[in-house]
Amino acid sequence: MPSTPPRRPDPEQLLRRVQAEEEEAYGARLKVFLGYSSGVGKSFRMLDEGRRRKSRGQDVVVGALQPKASPEVEVVLRSLEVIPLRYIDGLPTMDMDAILRRRPAVCLVDGLAWDNPPGGAHQKRWQDVEQLLSTGISVITTINLQYIEERREQVEHITGKHVTQTVPLKFISQADEIVIVDAPAEADTQLSELREIALVLTADVIDRQLEAYLKQNGIVQYYGTQERIMVCVTPRANAARMIESGKRSADRFHGDLIVAYVSQPELSAEDKAALDRNLALARDAGAQIEMLDAEDPIDGILQFAQSRGITQIFVGHSLRRTGFGRFLKSPVDRLLEKPKGIDVRVFPH
Amino acid sequence: MSGKLKIYLGYAAGVGKTYQMLVEAQELKRQGIDVVIGYFEPHARKDTIEKTEGLEMVPRRKVMYRATAFEEMDTDAILRRKPAVCVVDEFPHTNIPGSERSKRWEDVQVLLDAGIDVLTTMNVQHLESLNDQVWQITGIRVRETIPDWVMKQADEVVMIDVTPRALLNRLERGVVYSPEKARKAMDNFFREPTLRALRELALRQTAHEVDARQANGDPPTEQEHAAPAQQERLLIHVTADPSTAALIRRGKRVADYLGAECFAVCVCEDPDTRKLPSAQRDALEKHLNFARNLHIETRMLQGKAVAETLVEFARQHRITQIFLAWPNPRSLPLFGRNTVQQVVRLAGDIEITVVAERRHT
Repeated sequence: MPSTPPRRPDPEQLLRRVQAEEEEAYGARLKVFLGYSSGVGKSFRMLDEGRRRKSRGQDVVVGALQPKASPEVEVVLRSLEVIPLRYIDGLPTMDMDAILRRRPAVCLVDGLAWDNPPGGAHQKRWQDVEQLLSTGISVITTINLQYIEERREQVEHITGKHVTQTVPLKFISQADEIVIVDAPAEADTQLSELREIALVLTADVIDRQLEAYLKQNGIVQYYGTQERIMVCVTPRANAARMIESGKRSADRFHGDLIVAYVSQPELSAEDKAALDRNLALARDAGAQIEMLDAEDPIDGILQFAQSRGITQIFVGHSLRRTGFGRFLKSPVDRLLEKPKGIDVRVFPH
Repeated sequence: MSGKLKIYLGYAAGVGKTYQMLVEAQELKRQGIDVVIGYFEPHARKDTIEKTEGLEMVPRRKVMYRATAFEEMDTDAILRRKPAVCVVDEFPHTNIPGSERSKRWEDVQVLLDAGIDVLTTMNVQHLESLNDQVWQITGIRVRETIPDWVMKQADEVVMIDVTPRALLNRLERGVVYSPEKARKAMDNFFREPTLRALRELALRQTAHEVDARQANGDPPTEQEHAAPAQQERLLIHVTADPSTAALIRRGKRVADYLGAECFAVCVCEDPDTRKLPSAQRDALEKHLNFARNLHIETRMLQGKAVAETLVEFARQHRITQIFLAWPNPRSLPLFGRNTVQQVVRLAGDIEITVVAERRHT
């Protein structure tokens, strides 16, 4: 008798519910405009959004502005209320007392990475923003890629410019919304590289956010928007070739590389050493390494792959049986035939 | 000299692609550049319509189809007018039957060939190689697609980003569609997880386009001269099975990302396809034609043993990776091995990729 499968909760409904609950609990929301360079128009986008919200009746003020404003920024500013910066020993900082007294619904904060002068409440402007959010004031802010702590080295390597002011990526990732302000980089190689990093960073943040939202509600659903490559190694696999290939694919797709092995209880000393060498290669390639515990290696691989949104599995022929077993289905055959929405790439010995 | 193509890429209606394109057209005009609008779809959006003010519009052409008049871009009139820059909305549009060219992107090619720069708009879901993934995400099979090589020809691809929340707000305020259409849209396509996933696809695609343009522009470094990376060469196995279209799209996408050359071949016992059952022949020809439209080199091979013939061709053409679909269970042999299993065993040093079916959940 056919049975009705249990009805899965609608992710859309759940997402809305979680968001509604969050908004009720905290009220304040953080929105970040990210640019890959100065001059792409982040400040304008932020102020323009402030202007539009104000025209729809929201109580919006400008809490901090960059010193130099373009003519189009000047125009938008005319329709907005600005709380002037405060100066300590000639250095500007956001006037937190004034903003907290004024209590707007939304505060626009340009230049999230700004370092406050000594003597203020916080060392960093993003800490000011944290405080505004905790008192129920929503914040719209801007940041340039080079000031994100976790990308600083990479950007410095490209531009040769050293920056000291940074904001942790975690703060950006936890924002309710992140928007990239994209613009062509023309033929400039440096800017193109920065642009690529900013686009991928934004994609990664929203990928993790969607995943987290769904997971919080007990749903594991992947759309395969990010390529995730899982290389399955054994002591005898030609791991060097598979890992190198996996790394190249992961790089070209801006995806993740995971190297997995299924633990085997009784490895010979020789096999153990070979496996360790293979895992060392994986570490050098920057892969995430996973040990899987499973009675059946193929089930273990598939289960893991499905639970982690893997889009491509790389396996070696060495999984193939020899001797009498060759007339039976090989493990690779079993991996290939199960419908699962994951591509499988088989490598020779 | 051929004109330059700039694509404003979004992930849904209402993100502001057309608006941004018109802002730029206005700016060009202000700089004294000769800009015209070749095609514009107002969608009754006030802010966007305002941005066309002062821009010259080349009148559309009327095309009669089944006793109804339709309006299309008048490519010939634009060619006669010969502006420096032409604004063309909705790049993936399919022209009404009876038009000179079946796709708007083909009209745009004509303009580019005439040395006219073109600004145009499209959503990421219209990119051919993402068709199956988009179906998986949205449950919608997008029919109007742009081959990836067309997008690759663009000089610039710019992502127009807004958050799904802001987009849904616009929809609720009636900025994007009429109230009734908006409600329908929110029940179907405009669902937040869907929009988030499409937005991510658009961001990644833009990153890839930026990456590809860098790689093209850079002279090879000394290191690359010393040890050129192994040139990958992909082979896609074409059959009459309907899963072949998805296989071709996926294979070509991987080939493009890896910078690999790509072939698509089918194996027939008899090279004279007239001897095949007509349904099978039509399907094969449709798939080979589809591959050619995506700029994949195709071959029809003759051989009794499919796996052997494929692998032999692969060896001769120094193929590094063969793409296959797992055969339909109904066509599986009761005994012995199917084509995939045979190819895996014969392939030697060649890698085999079995492409999974992607289903909408």
